[in-house]
Amino acid sequence: MTNEEIKEYISSLAPAATYDETGEWLNILVEPTALKPLMAALRTGKMQMNYLFCVTCVDFKTQLTMVYHLSATTHRQSIVIKANVNRETPVIETVCDIWRTAEFLEREVFEMFGVQFTNHPDLRKLILEDDFKGFPLRKDFEDPINMIKL
Amino acid sequence: MELKEKIAGKEPFPGIVHETPGGGIVVSTFDSIINWARSNSLWPLSFATSCCGIEMMSTASAKYDFSRFGFEVARASPRQADVIIIAGTIVNKMAPVLKRLYDQMADPKYVIAMGACAISGGPFFYNTYSVVKGADHIIPVDVYIPGCPPRPEALLHSLISLQEKIKLGMTREQIRGESKV
Repeated sequence: MTNEEIKEYISSLAPAATYDETGEWLNILVEPTALKPLMAALRTGKMQMNYLFCVTCVDFKTQLTMVYHLSATTHRQSIVIKANVNRETPVIETVCDIWRTAEFLEREVFEMFGVQFTNHPDLRKLILEDDFKGFPLRKDFEDPINMIKL
Repeated sequence: MELKEKIAGKEPFPGIVHETPGGGIVVSTFDSIINWARSNSLWPLSFATSCCGIEMMSTASAKYDFSRFGFEVARASPRQADVIIIAGTIVNKMAPVLKRLYDQMADPKYVIAMGACAISGGPFFYNTYSVVKGADHIIPVDVYIPGCPPRPEALLHSLISLQEKIKLGMTREQIRGESKV
């Protein structure tokens, strides 16, 4: 599929989606509420996005942006789905039930950025200690004992 | 400097030979013989947490071969090891593991901090929530080697320095007191 066809297809699923083609992959920004049904359609529909190879998050200080990298191994095609979430109370639906691999990836985003994934089966910290305070990859994270303020 | 000369370039075996007809008797002290024996049989623990470990493996292998100096074989169990070479970054989650390994080693035990990470947290990772700023926050260190990573020659030098330190048979406080003079 060309980028134009993908954009047309995604717009039929999520009309509010906006696109950015400046990078290596087609970037699709969607509303957080529209994310889950779109993701389910991408997996089972004609795109066959059967591999979620990266879930991460970006702290833009004004909002957090969830970033999902999807790939279709049969079509050899990759796209990026993004969704902005509120920084104070970041909540988004989990995609664990669509791609099982998201379970660990979302746990990492949870511990590093504090994003709450609703309906996640086991939302615990992945690598950090259980009693770790704060979200270390947020821009305003402070640790006066271990970190020098630059 | 005098302290260094006191131990470096000394006789291969501590003590003096008391000449008697038909041979000789070595006169020495138990302590210096025990220290001599210990210093020439220091088995390191197979423990490496990052790239310094590669240099340590190189030092162990044929080209540099630290068994020439009595560092014979790397032991996989702390119960059989005499020296732990901290080769790499120690993160907060690794700290209790390192402490436990050190506690499990039988006395006498020695510690070498190899490379910038083990000395001070490292040239890359120092400003992080996850890294211990120097392994000496967790266990006492005998010899520090700077470098990122140190060359095998530097590791060999530190191992020989550790041997000299053991042969000297002095505590850290005693060494500090002597080197001030």
